[in-house]
Amino acid sequence: MSDLRELYQSLIVDHSKRPRNFRKMDHPTHQAEGFNPLCGDRLHLSLKIEGDLIQEICFEGSGCAISTASASLMTEALKTKTVDQAHALFNKFHGLITSAPDREPPEEPELGKLQVFSGVREFPARVKCASLAWHTLSSALEKKGLVAKTE
Amino acid sequence: MTHSQVRAQFPILNQLIRGKPLVYLDNAATTQKPQAVIDRVHQFYETENANIHRGVHFLSEQATQSFEKVREKTRAWINAASAREIIFTRGTTDAINLVAQSFGRLKIQAGDRVLISEMEHHSNIVPWQLMCEHVGAQWDVIRMTDEGELDLADFEAKLTPYTRIVAITHVSNALGTVNPIKKMIAAAHERKIPVLIDGAQGIVHAKVDVRDLDCDFYVFSSHKLYGPTGVGVLYGKSEWLNTMPPYQGGGDMIQSVTFHKTTYNVIPYKFEAGTPPIAEVLGFGAALQFLEKIGMEFIQQHEKGLIQEAVKMLKGISGVRLVGEAKERAGAVSFVMEGVHPHDIGTIVDQEGVAIRVGHHCAQPVMERLKVPATARASFAVYNTIEEVHALGRALENVREIFK
Repeated sequence: MSDLRELYQSLIVDHSKRPRNFRKMDHPTHQAEGFNPLCGDRLHLSLKIEGDLIQEICFEGSGCAISTASASLMTEALKTKTVDQAHALFNKFHGLITSAPDREPPEEPELGKLQVFSGVREFPARVKCASLAWHTLSSALEKKGLVAKTE
Repeated sequence: MTHSQVRAQFPILNQLIRGKPLVYLDNAATTQKPQAVIDRVHQFYETENANIHRGVHFLSEQATQSFEKVREKTRAWINAASAREIIFTRGTTDAINLVAQSFGRLKIQAGDRVLISEMEHHSNIVPWQLMCEHVGAQWDVIRMTDEGELDLADFEAKLTPYTRIVAITHVSNALGTVNPIKKMIAAAHERKIPVLIDGAQGIVHAKVDVRDLDCDFYVFSSHKLYGPTGVGVLYGKSEWLNTMPPYQGGGDMIQSVTFHKTTYNVIPYKFEAGTPPIAEVLGFGAALQFLEKIGMEFIQQHEKGLIQEAVKMLKGISGVRLVGEAKERAGAVSFVMEGVHPHDIGTIVDQEGVAIRVGHHCAQPVMERLKVPATARASFAVYNTIEEVHALGRALENVREIFK
């Protein structure tokens, strides 16, 4: 049960029930759709980037607690960061959730609250839920205009 | 056999999942196998293995006889007129693709129509779409009610002079709805339209009599019926199978091969190219034998009790809403929980050793029609117990706690 408590910590449950930056954006400079075909998680990510600074970032959509909380915490972490910093955070986050579950998760102070997703390592089927928002971010930054998928 | 004797036949059920007893409620996805089925496959490979139909040596002749005995057993199981009408395929999906392609080539042309329903599994949608797109035909879709039943008036209205075949499910894998297929087949036949029934779930929960139903095709899988994976059955009326062109070409489905002309074998072999999954077919035969001993009436009654208890239990948990409330139901019970995504329900009950399925259940149109992104689904088999239904209930209360 402790594994479950690690995954569904109050922080994640809170962010899934009351997601931050959950709204539509008028005139985003970057946007992308994310979709997890396995379970139906869907999100639309919008960003306002001026120069290389992420001024505003928000999302809409419907999905499981993990994907919603991940998107919410991601938008909190990325506001006022640069695009380069966003890419670096993605790498650190991805490294965290795909690291071996039997070892201590890598210590990454820059991840801050995002560290809470270390629990998802015990649930490989849910890794895609945690990473959907980030893959969507990647897609938005590349301005590919494609739907980001987790497959 | 008593119920605990039946349950004792399934070795996989005696294990702990994350320290808790396994409560396997994902039977619509696949069923567990009784020891007799496991032993039959094992025994074949250990003492009987040989290829069938062509050898003249002892092992080959024995294997051929054993294999054809299962064909006859299958014929008897569904009361088909002839064993020639039993085709072994890779599964239900393979069987539907076979009919869509082969019957399609025979009967479906540009401007024709195929009638399917909103309730179908993707395997009874996509093969028809592929066929139609290929020849320039259209598909019509029978609408579903909010309770998850087929709108029979809509069905009648969509039987047009250009409709070449109707393809509908016997029992919904997503909702558990049992469709009035005998009535629907009769209505289609009045307009001279043949019917394919997707029996993947239908064959599991009650006795099926294809002559009583008068369906033109009935398809199902071994692995959902306590048999091995890799084999399924296509039942087709010989009038159709005899005139339909071959599906896959190769060994065994031919009479003679030259580069000038090749002639084809008679049914059922015309539709069984290459070496079949011999061990799996024998395992499937052992599954039918096992079911014969228990009796489908026993299974039907037992499952009815489980579903009644499950529905009662689910309606008693705050925030839980059943998805699909047909008057006649079997096998699966789908539900959603307010404020909790099915994916999270699945992970949390998994921690209690409870295995359910969450998602769209290969029925995205069903989800869209009932306006849910996904559901959680518990589906029952002969070995499940009332205690297991309660275990699911306790696990769901746990989900409530975490998301309170």
